[in-house]
Amino acid sequence: MSQVAVIAGFALRESLRRRVFVVVAVLTTVFLGLYGLGTWQAFKEVRDFTGPALAGVQPEIVAGATLLGLAMFATLFLATILTVFLTLGVVQGDAERGLLQPLVVRPVRRRTLLLARFAGAAAVSAAYVVAVFLAAATITWAIGGWWPDRVAGPAAQLALAVAILTALSLAGSVVLASTANGIAIFMVFGAGLVAGLLGQIGEALRSDTLGDVAEVTSWALPFEALYQSALAAITADTIGFTRLALDLGPFGGAQSAGPALWAWAVVYLAGVGAAATAGFARRDL
Amino acid sequence: MPAALRATALAKAYGPVHALRGVDLEVREGELVGLLGPNGAGKSTLVKIACGLVHPTSGAAEVCGAPAGSPAALAAMGYLAELFRFPDWCTAQELLTLHQRLAESSGGAAERAELLSLVGLREAAGRRVGTMSKGMQQRLGIAQALVGEPRLLLLDEPTSALDPAGRRTVRALLEELRGRGVSVLLNSHLLSEVELVCDRVAIIAGGELVAAGTPSELSRPGGVEVETADGPRLFAEAGREDVPRIVREMVAAGEEVFGVRVLTSSLEDAYLEAVGEGRMDEVPV
Repeated sequence: MSQVAVIAGFALRESLRRRVFVVVAVLTTVFLGLYGLGTWQAFKEVRDFTGPALAGVQPEIVAGATLLGLAMFATLFLATILTVFLTLGVVQGDAERGLLQPLVVRPVRRRTLLLARFAGAAAVSAAYVVAVFLAAATITWAIGGWWPDRVAGPAAQLALAVAILTALSLAGSVVLASTANGIAIFMVFGAGLVAGLLGQIGEALRSDTLGDVAEVTSWALPFEALYQSALAAITADTIGFTRLALDLGPFGGAQSAGPALWAWAVVYLAGVGAAATAGFARRDL
Repeated sequence: MPAALRATALAKAYGPVHALRGVDLEVREGELVGLLGPNGAGKSTLVKIACGLVHPTSGAAEVCGAPAGSPAALAAMGYLAELFRFPDWCTAQELLTLHQRLAESSGGAAERAELLSLVGLREAAGRRVGTMSKGMQQRLGIAQALVGEPRLLLLDEPTSALDPAGRRTVRALLEELRGRGVSVLLNSHLLSEVELVCDRVAIIAGGELVAAGTPSELSRPGGVEVETADGPRLFAEAGREDVPRIVREMVAAGEEVFGVRVLTSSLEDAYLEAVGEGRMDEVPV
């Protein structure tokens, strides 16, 4: 077994023994239950809509896409919490507690240790975000009869967004104590959300400045751009007045960035990884 | 054959604080060297540089001919930190298995059983670390450091949490390791322990090596004390070889001799002289 697999496996076993996954599973079940209840109520109301006021808008699509979009945000947030708590103390936190030193003095390169911890946390969090996204889409379809236009792409984009947040958290752990790192990552996550909000406001006000700020920020924090792109993809084939209603609604921030975003996200991930590795290599423990 | 550990002009500065100022030290194959010094003398920094946890500002350290911190050096050594912690959720067996995999040891279950027996923890193989006393964890730490049959063992205060019986177990273990040809650098505050087991002693103060030699070299003759009817009489310049003559002359002079003691300065005296009497508040016990 490679050293990456050994370290990643040990970290995951720790999460299992500490019942992290049990807690996550229980709370996620509660979340999906509440989502199902909300979806049922929303579609019940939507089905009562009739008459010319709809002007060609298909309310089931608007409701389904809106609900799933909200679920995607919640899913990304929950996955962020999971990955941050799995990684926020990997270097400085564990070094302060004396847990890291016995591992670092083994013939394991420091970059291998970081890669293993990244692989373990990113795999768990990405699997989580994909599973919950698919579960939410299935609930939406089962209750409301609406299924997103794209599934694989948005799921992969959410998974990549979580992987980027995992890398940022690991990199932060090289220089920050656990608490400071956790706070920093959630602040960064919040900054990404604000960028999305700015984009939405900019679109409503037709402000190029706000739009530019939002775009630059979302590229600087590509997990936000990936989230926006995933949002756009779930209604990628929707046209007409329904499309217009979605653009004016809560998905004004949804932006399809195309293949360049995938490439940029991978480069960004590699850059964060390289910076973390270089910082860890120089660090005295 | 290269030395197990060779430090050459080793210096380390943490900002304006000079922890080490050009230390030269060698631990030969199969040698047990004690490292003494007051708190903040630089002992732990020296040990940490030797195992690659800390990068020297200048100078070099080699372990079995390989640069300290390199995979080859790490594969040749075992280390127990002064302040260490193992995950409290895992058992002694699981911990040793992890370190076997990281050290790429092929010892398997037989090696684990032998190591746990060596440190008196055979019955605690399946016990969780979190339920062990500090002394048991320290012994487990020594077993962990011995995974993969290292040629050099770096022990930083390995008996600080042990009771007298535990210390005796560790002393016996160190004797056995010497018998197997394992080199040991023992950083300890327990002068009596160092005096009992170490082949050589190195004393560090203020980041500099201030004395080195065998315990007997560092301890000097302190005279001969003769118990007479009038009380003890000291012959300050005399040594063991002078005892028969002194007794003969005193008896010839009509004095009654009740006992004779050959005095030598202890390692503690040598230590105090090396680090300065002014450091009495930091004298090891």
